[in-house]
Amino acid sequence: MKQDAEYYQRDPNIHPVACTPSYKSSITRSPRFSLISLENSISEITGPVFSHSDIDPGDNDLLTNFAQSNESPIGQRIILHGHVLDENSRTIPNTLIEIWQANACGRYRHKNDTYLAPIDPNFGGCGRALTDGDGYFYFRTVMPGAYPWQNYVNSWRPAHIHVSVFGASFVQRLITQCYFEGDPLIPICPIVQTIPNPNAIEQLTARLDLNATIPFDAIAYKFDIILRGRRSTLFENRF
Amino acid sequence: MPQHLSYLKETTSQTAGPYVHIGLAPKAAGFEIYQKELGENIAGSKAEGEQIRVEGYIIDGTGTTLKDALIEVWQANAEGIYAHSEGGGEVEDGFRGWGRVITNFKTGKWGFNTIKPGSTLARNSGMQAPHINLWLVARGINIGLNTRIYFDDEVRANSIDPVLNLIEWENRRHTLMAKRSTDNDIPIYRFDIRLQGKDETVFFDV
Repeated sequence: MKQDAEYYQRDPNIHPVACTPSYKSSITRSPRFSLISLENSISEITGPVFSHSDIDPGDNDLLTNFAQSNESPIGQRIILHGHVLDENSRTIPNTLIEIWQANACGRYRHKNDTYLAPIDPNFGGCGRALTDGDGYFYFRTVMPGAYPWQNYVNSWRPAHIHVSVFGASFVQRLITQCYFEGDPLIPICPIVQTIPNPNAIEQLTARLDLNATIPFDAIAYKFDIILRGRRSTLFENRF
Repeated sequence: MPQHLSYLKETTSQTAGPYVHIGLAPKAAGFEIYQKELGENIAGSKAEGEQIRVEGYIIDGTGTTLKDALIEVWQANAEGIYAHSEGGGEVEDGFRGWGRVITNFKTGKWGFNTIKPGSTLARNSGMQAPHINLWLVARGINIGLNTRIYFDDEVRANSIDPVLNLIEWENRRHTLMAKRSTDNDIPIYRFDIRLQGKDETVFFDV
């Protein structure tokens, strides 16, 4: 019988390098020495486990999880859904996904965000969910607005939702950002452009999913998340 | 035409950005939205072993402390067992071994309380010295940085640790050593993370 072994190494051709000068903040915050390559030990193949007792059922509904009763946030109502899979196409059940985003105006509910666009009193801007037995997840939220930031004098982030995923081990831990199909700011964003591979950017771009759209309610976008896969071996393996 | 490999490709990393707190540690950032904040308690109330505190700063290439970073912690219990199906056994009720901490918005200081982990199995044979795995994200960090905290009072275990010994540059190994002081109620280990410059911390490609 085959046994699970090490995780596949990360592909450096799809991830940003540490220092990407057009994204200015990376210059002073990026290590200069190369990372030390470490084969998986028990410290890497394990990772935190979450359950339904860690979160509440409404945490994945950003339309209601901060709104006052009978009110809801301003903005385009959307559903963001997809599967979490590994590189072997195996679904990853019961894994924690957390998201955060600006409101429909492009303003974050964060004390350091001073953009002049208004806070929405009915929108918190964060949500979380566990994938089900098939690795499936969904959130309801509003389409975030474009967001101005200090990089060049006139820099605007494309509409994006930050996504954090755990997987089954600490080496699968991933934070990324979900963009939306057709956004003209994607190709000129210095943060998107830290990614060296156009296919990898496409994989971060959620696609309009009319089949999952709820008529007269919310437009759906599909966003699948792929985490590192795992080798299997016929031989006894010790980490 | 050779055959086609059907592997999917990992989703690409993007920076956690300046507002990571509202997503991952809202309560710590003064934003009350969830009933339960995740990652506040690493060891639980029933964990065996020595109670310790770990604290420090994260310092950028100009010498400035980061005030918008988030760290995740992953560690074994005092017996060297991780709370995971492949972690080597059972852990105490409530021991999770995982936690989150943010840098203080004004000072940049971070810190957490836990129990000191035990030695864990190494690959193939032998043991790894007690250590805590860290994963660091922030604005300006394109992909989360992995490092390890070792303990400077574990001299013998550290001397035979396979990961420390893997670091070719012996003069960089000290960047992974937390320094113990016992002037307080519980021992404090000081661990500063330097993203670049003199004494840049060793980071791992795991």
